[in-house]
Amino acid sequence: MDFDLNEEQKILQRSAADFLKKECPKERVRRIEETEEKYSPDLWRKMADLGWMGLHLPEQYGGTGWSFLSMAVLLEEMGYNICPGPFISTTLLGCVPLLHAGTEDQKQAILPGVASGDLILTLALAESDRGYEPSTLKVSGVRSDESWVIDGVKLFVPDALSADHILCVARTSAASEPGAGLTLFRVEKDHPGVTVTPLKTIARDNQCEVAFDHVRLGPESVIGPVDEAWPAVKAALDRAAVGRAAEVVGAMRATLDMTVAYAKERVQFGRPIGSFQAIQHYLADMWVDMLGTRNLVLQAAWKLSTGEPADREVSMAKVRAGRMGRKATTVGHRIFAGIGFTMEHDLHLYHRRTVAADFAFGDSDSYHERVARALGL
Amino acid sequence: MDFAFTKEELDFRREIEAFVKEVLPPDWDEWAVYWPGSYGTMPQLEAEFQEISRRFSRMLGEKGWLGIGWPKEYGGQGSAMKAAISGDVLSYYRFPAGGVATTIAGPTLILVGSEELKKEFLPGIASGEIGFWLGYSEPNAGSDLVSLKTTAVDDGDAFIVNGQKIWSSGAHVTEYGWVIAKTDMDAPAHKSATLMIIPNDTPGVTIKPIINICGNHSFNEVFFDDVRVPKRYVVGEVNKGFYNVMLALQFERMSVGSGGFRRVLEELVRFARETERDGRPLSEDPRVRKALAAIAVEIEVFLTFYWQSAWMQDRGQVPELEASALKLVFTELSVKLADTAMDLLGPFGLLDKGSKRAPFGGRVGMGYLDAISGPIGAGTSEIQKTILATRGLGLPRKK
Ligand SMILES: Cc1cc2nc3c(=O)[nH]c(=O)nc-3n(C[C@H](O)[C@H](O)[C@H](O)COP(=O)(O)OP(=O)(O)OC[C@H]3O[C@@H](n4cnc5c(N)ncnc54)[C@H](O)[C@@H]3O)c2cc1C
Repeated sequence: MDFDLNEEQKILQRSAADFLKKECPKERVRRIEETEEKYSPDLWRKMADLGWMGLHLPEQYGGTGWSFLSMAVLLEEMGYNICPGPFISTTLLGCVPLLHAGTEDQKQAILPGVASGDLILTLALAESDRGYEPSTLKVSGVRSDESWVIDGVKLFVPDALSADHILCVARTSAASEPGAGLTLFRVEKDHPGVTVTPLKTIARDNQCEVAFDHVRLGPESVIGPVDEAWPAVKAALDRAAVGRAAEVVGAMRATLDMTVAYAKERVQFGRPIGSFQAIQHYLADMWVDMLGTRNLVLQAAWKLSTGEPADREVSMAKVRAGRMGRKATTVGHRIFAGIGFTMEHDLHLYHRRTVAADFAFGDSDSYHERVARALGL
Repeated sequence: MDFAFTKEELDFRREIEAFVKEVLPPDWDEWAVYWPGSYGTMPQLEAEFQEISRRFSRMLGEKGWLGIGWPKEYGGQGSAMKAAISGDVLSYYRFPAGGVATTIAGPTLILVGSEELKKEFLPGIASGEIGFWLGYSEPNAGSDLVSLKTTAVDDGDAFIVNGQKIWSSGAHVTEYGWVIAKTDMDAPAHKSATLMIIPNDTPGVTIKPIINICGNHSFNEVFFDDVRVPKRYVVGEVNKGFYNVMLALQFERMSVGSGGFRRVLEELVRFARETERDGRPLSEDPRVRKALAAIAVEIEVFLTFYWQSAWMQDRGQVPELEASALKLVFTELSVKLADTAMDLLGPFGLLDKGSKRAPFGGRVGMGYLDAISGPIGAGTSEIQKTILATRGLGLPRKK
């Protein structure tokens, strides 16, 4: 066993922390939040120049070829600094299905553009019943001659406003077994019949409704085998879930740092509030919660990087981060009290995101259910 | 990052597992009601199980596994990871062996004991021949150990000890006390006490049973009445007792039965699958699935801390705060697991050891009671949190 990052990962961690501290201060986060796309092309370009977009892509597509674990390390730093933008959408939701199931031509057409920072991707998956299980998916893809016609509405599609391409999971035949009957299509956002409508969230991220109205696509739009898209989609979903959990670990760390600093300086009754045990014990719990969540997230990222089945580890990491992230920022608010309840203060920026992360790519109940299955229940 | 065991570690796990399965009596599970993360149901601490637990300790000693985490010069393999693996397996099978001597006294002696003491005690500890009990707490010195009253007065080549200890687990089934007593009545409190070994058979030592809420005689009151302790039995330096006890407490806080948690979870999963309610297995009830999944996640968190602390020790790091975090996590987990088990079993969880229809031989009801002790012993959860907050996060102490 080794609980340490390797040298490469440590360098990545430090350089990401330095870069984000400089390029992504909270004033900038707030300005980006005011844009409709919740994204800054300038920041995106700089991140791409550092090689982040292609960090886990193979070298032949302009990437660096590092493991998913390195992505998790990077995402923890992004979460610490609340780096907004379509990073998970593009690099994980968008690239992973292509890597898993795309043809060489499809990969060459898209991945180098991602690595260079020119293309933004996302995945349209969930629908009105908000599930991320294949059985809940109804948007249809019907074959007509050589082409396909997509109809239906996707919800909670992240970053669709800034995306150039949307990968859409559609039902192309009745499910003979769980996960069967789904096909993945690549659609350009401005394709006729595609309507993207932003949904306004308290997390201030860009969630969208994407409506497909008789969207006609050629055979080259199909990614991977017809009716058998689920394994590639699941690979993306698992990585996105762990990526989001890694961001939560960063947010928990940031919340802890902010709150500890405040507890040392805020004086009431003639002494720092950090000398009150009620406050000390909140913070000790927050620390231990963060360390344990971090271990589970790194374990899941490591397991995914080995290529072995990781369902158990992924689900545990996601549900732990979902619950503990919310707890940490909620307790942070208790400690900051009045000042933390202002727009001006930064804590709510984290709180908004930790609660959103709990529901991202499936809620806690659904991940608990996956853990239950992994236990043999 | 690497969360996998090496081949050597996996081989070692298999070797220990094979041994345990071979020697444990087939009906051992019916006897062993031991609840993980708690202090009141360990068979090693009960007179009834002394014969078997001593025999098993000696067997582990012969294999060289009791001191496997110790440095090579003291007969160990210098591998905290192997010690952790052995702890994991032994706890999974509820193997009634090992204790204060091997996990606390031995490692502390190696760090601060005199050569003479090491020579006298380490071989007996490593071979499973001798046992220790911890004599820290007193009636008026629990969390506030520094206010202890037991005195050890200098009398030439010995100290004369007078006073009383309480909650002394296993004092009635072991040979030596690991006792802290006041040696300097004028010094500042934290520089006033000394750690020493007191043989139970020294004249003036009286041990009286206390029955814990599980109904077991696991701990005691111990009285010292002009007990003469040779100075060579001092552990570490005179008047540095609190420092040495802190060291010993770190070892104690890390001596966790990890496997016991996995074992109980497996049993609960099996119970949920095999038990029907309203015509369908409990395992199909979403509430049951969620409850068991939630506890499984917490067990997993704890296991990462457990292996991490072994990994740290093997890198030569001193896991001071990690020991507190680990102790906090596994004893609170012990309570959560007991709650989950109780909720799952419902009224059947209330059935006691020996009762007709008691699932798992009454382990859950007993465990529910015993779990109370985890967050109390070895420094309460409140004390661990204060340590983490002040020493770890640097929060100011109350003036
Ligand atoms: C099953 C069992 C086995 C034990 N075995 C041994 C043994 O073998 N040897 C031994 O020496 N001792 C043993 N102990 C004793 C154990 O170490 C003490 O019970 C423990 O340290 C707490 O002391 P106390 O019971 O006097 O409680 P107190 O110290 O009186 O504490 C009472 C409550 O006040 C809280 N409290 C106290 N001080 C503070 C503070 N500063 N800040 C916040 N909260 C505080 C505590 O957390 C607790 O909630 C055992 C205890 C149990 C339950």
